[in-house]
Amino acid sequence: MKHLIDPLDLSVEEIKELLDTANDIEQNPQKYAHACDGKKLATLFYEPSTRTRLSFEAAMLNLGGKTLGFASADNSSAAKGESIADTIRVVSCYADICAMRHPKEGAPLVASQYSRIPVINAGDGGHQHPTQTLTDLLTIRSLKGRLDHLTIGLCGDLKFGRTVHSLIKSLARYEGIRFVLISPGELKVPDYILNEVIRAKGIPYQEVERLDDVMPELDILYMTRVQRERFFNEEDYIRLKDCYILTQDKLNKAKKDMFVLHPLPRVNEIAVEVDKDERAAYFRQAQYGVYVRMALILKLLGVTPC
Amino acid sequence: MLNIDALEKGVVIDHIKAGGSMEIYKYLRLDKLDCTVAIIKNARSSKMGRKDIIKIEGDFDLDFDVLGFIDHNITVNIIEDSKIIAKKNLSLPKQVQNVIHCKNPRCISTVEEGIIHTFKLCDEEKHLYRCIYCEQEFATTKR
Repeated sequence: MKHLIDPLDLSVEEIKELLDTANDIEQNPQKYAHACDGKKLATLFYEPSTRTRLSFEAAMLNLGGKTLGFASADNSSAAKGESIADTIRVVSCYADICAMRHPKEGAPLVASQYSRIPVINAGDGGHQHPTQTLTDLLTIRSLKGRLDHLTIGLCGDLKFGRTVHSLIKSLARYEGIRFVLISPGELKVPDYILNEVIRAKGIPYQEVERLDDVMPELDILYMTRVQRERFFNEEDYIRLKDCYILTQDKLNKAKKDMFVLHPLPRVNEIAVEVDKDERAAYFRQAQYGVYVRMALILKLLGVTPC
Repeated sequence: MLNIDALEKGVVIDHIKAGGSMEIYKYLRLDKLDCTVAIIKNARSSKMGRKDIIKIEGDFDLDFDVLGFIDHNITVNIIEDSKIIAKKNLSLPKQVQNVIHCKNPRCISTVEEGIIHTFKLCDEEKHLYRCIYCEQEFATTKR
């Protein structure tokens, strides 16, 4: 039985197949409308999430299946002290597949060790968020037509951002990728990602503090939020925070076919005026998230539409 | 000079970094063994200056992976009929289970009962292991 715990659980070929299915779903949604009739998705969310949980539920409903689950640990047996191992063994009796979000890193991996149904990691603490990575890959491929030979700018909090780490690891498997890492010194990509992924594979990269300088080089700009609480002192935050706010002025320096992505929620790091620009792709990205989760559910359940 | 009898049957763990024998005693759970164990600390060594040695008498199973994890430069001699019948070359194990625990407070292994604490070797050169649950690093001592 296949689970999705880490974005690298899927080979490049499997990702291609998954993204192909997602694109087919986008083009022919009616073909998939009853693919999961009679199937149930359990959403086990031990911490609150709006987009991810709704995206999973929308995906299963679009496939004709049903959903059940809980939206916070308070409403689950975890509040009574039940282990992950016990919970998943019970849920395996109720549903055909499950998506789990948990504040503790590695919780979905533990679940997969005891589960009789496929487990999807829907985010484990600050660790992994593989379906966001699949969403990012589908968005990039759909908009740019490829996942290779791209200059990818990652901007903002590159230290704590789990989506950034997963995306780097996944894109590092494609040829001709170049990373431009745009962040304050305090929030740079951790050394282990640089050493074990980027440098180990000899991928060209550049670390810069200012977004404006590199804007014209980028094919994709992946924005993340710089959070005040990550800084040791207020002065540094004030000095740096505006460098990472994407405005129309800054975007005017970008290529005409560059696209802006963001895992959302956006707070103030992308000015609202940018939303009108053709290159702002973050809301389309949320739509792609549903398609790719539909494709993933089909793959893990081994279902092929009639 | 302190004399400890030669073993007739058992295992001699030699070339332990001076001061490291108690750590090995703990990791190998030698206190649970029902046999004679001699710990020799600060023995003179031409190769190392000072070293520790552990001699264990009897018939038992040892987890050589744990020894390789602690220090793969350690020598293990298997003794039978008072002779060395085999020398074990240790290497860094690809994986260790229930030897060390993850120190990342956000890791599920810190709260889930009955979990198998598992670390995988990710960088042989740097002797670096990672928790399989949260990828927290653990570096073993490099001699």
